[in-house]
Amino acid sequence: METLLIELLKSLVSGLLMGMVFALVALGLTIIFGVMDIVNFAHGEFLMFGMYTTLLVSPLMGVDPLLSLPVCGVVGAALGMVCYFGVVRFLLRGPMVAQLLGTFGLMLALRNLALLFMGSEPRLVKSGVLVGRSLVLGPGVVLESTKLAAAVLSIVSFVFVWWLIRRTKTGMALTATSLDKEGARYMGISTERMNALAWALGGASVAIAGGLLVNFWPVEPNVGLLFTMIAFATVALGGFGSIQGAFAAGILIGMIVYIPPVWDAATSFAGVDAPTIHGFKYTFVYLIYFLIMVLRPQGLFGWKQ
Amino acid sequence: MPEPMLEVSGITVRYSGLPVLREASVRVEEGQTVAVVGSNGAGKSTLLKAIMGAARTGPEGSIKFLGQEIKGLPTERIVRRGLIYVPEDRKLFKPLPVEENLLLGAFVVSDEAAKRRSLEYVYELFPRLRERRAQPAGSLSGGEQQMVAIGRGLMSDPKLLILDEPSLGLAPLMVSEVFQTVGRLQKEGRTVILVEQNVLEALEMADYAYVVQTGRIRHQGTSRELLDSDVVQKAFLGGV
Repeated sequence: METLLIELLKSLVSGLLMGMVFALVALGLTIIFGVMDIVNFAHGEFLMFGMYTTLLVSPLMGVDPLLSLPVCGVVGAALGMVCYFGVVRFLLRGPMVAQLLGTFGLMLALRNLALLFMGSEPRLVKSGVLVGRSLVLGPGVVLESTKLAAAVLSIVSFVFVWWLIRRTKTGMALTATSLDKEGARYMGISTERMNALAWALGGASVAIAGGLLVNFWPVEPNVGLLFTMIAFATVALGGFGSIQGAFAAGILIGMIVYIPPVWDAATSFAGVDAPTIHGFKYTFVYLIYFLIMVLRPQGLFGWKQ
Repeated sequence: MPEPMLEVSGITVRYSGLPVLREASVRVEEGQTVAVVGSNGAGKSTLLKAIMGAARTGPEGSIKFLGQEIKGLPTERIVRRGLIYVPEDRKLFKPLPVEENLLLGAFVVSDEAAKRRSLEYVYELFPRLRERRAQPAGSLSGGEQQMVAIGRGLMSDPKLLILDEPSLGLAPLMVSEVFQTVGRLQKEGRTVILVEQNVLEALEMADYAYVVQTGRIRHQGTSRELLDSDVVQKAFLGGV
């Protein structure tokens, strides 16, 4: 019984922490979609760039990986703007399919760029104030500092973005742009600038997520795929374009990922000779994604507002 | 002749090579109400969108606002110069409350006190909007939505206000309310371009008017001249 309880508690805590990381990864995707109605298939590659940024910058500048996060933000914002002004802006004139294939192409380009310069072997940040430290909550329930920091920064990012959108003039302009582009221009809002800002914000937030992630998740050029998929599931679940939705859905998905290990612990406790399923944890995420798309395509919290 | 506030000379707009507006010229002087009338699809909205930088104009002609060329500028830069367009489909931000819609109308205004004064002015102009200030704009009736659209257009205290078919699709009572509002704006000395299908009302209100037919400005003159002219009588007012 005790092992089951510990497993449950451990999964709950891990799910919560990972969920906040997933939410932070999804934040940028939902911002870009909200403002521009464009699905960015290269989202996971932005994350990968953030991961490499921390990996390279922290030894180069001789600072702790945590302190490289602002650099990640700048790199991500710059990457987002370059993608917007270099590619996406031109895709807007084309049909929907041009936008889909365009960002898909962006994904392939960024991935191969990373392969060319960084090689294919997975790498991880091995030192830093957070690495290897943990907070023991009880027997078997351990909070890794790296994940805890990621979760805290996720909350900070969400609060910041919420404040920006709800409480500032720029946020009002972003909201107006997301609701009606032509109408926004008649208000004197440069929708072009708002689009670029959405890409900068989206790029910065996901690159910061990457910088946090690389403390406990190895980076390699293909790492983006898994996170793009999870971010898609998160955003679909929360409602495309919804900020609060992304946060809630991220946590929910974090929890879902830990259903299989709990299930395994439960079956072994009950003495049932069932096959273990913890290897299928992401299958559950995609299953939920599929169900949401079929049953409630607007997501749990509705589109946009 | 005084320098006009807006001077459109000989502009042409083509959609996929086909001209929908040809060599249009329009003059608006400060304090004037200028009507642009014509039937559906004649090119009135295209003319307005061309002025606002929202329809791509051909290389010919020029659009001067306060003596400066604005042809080819992006819409938001034209708005910043004090030329405000209230589109016929209103383009409200429907999920946002009425008040936020109005405040977005003052997006280009940085003076907070001026913004509050404008808001007070709009609420005084349309008391019903004050009652509904917290409601989503999309939940209002058609007439009330039109009030939001006009009110939002006034929030930046524009130098020139363009109203595109403000009475379109409204109940008769609301139509007369819209015209009353235009009358009041006129009395305040505002400069207004009024585009209308209600030709008679528009002409009676305006100082000067243009008649657009099949993509060209066919007639122009003071409202009196047009009201008395045979062409306008025959084409729009059912006279013989």
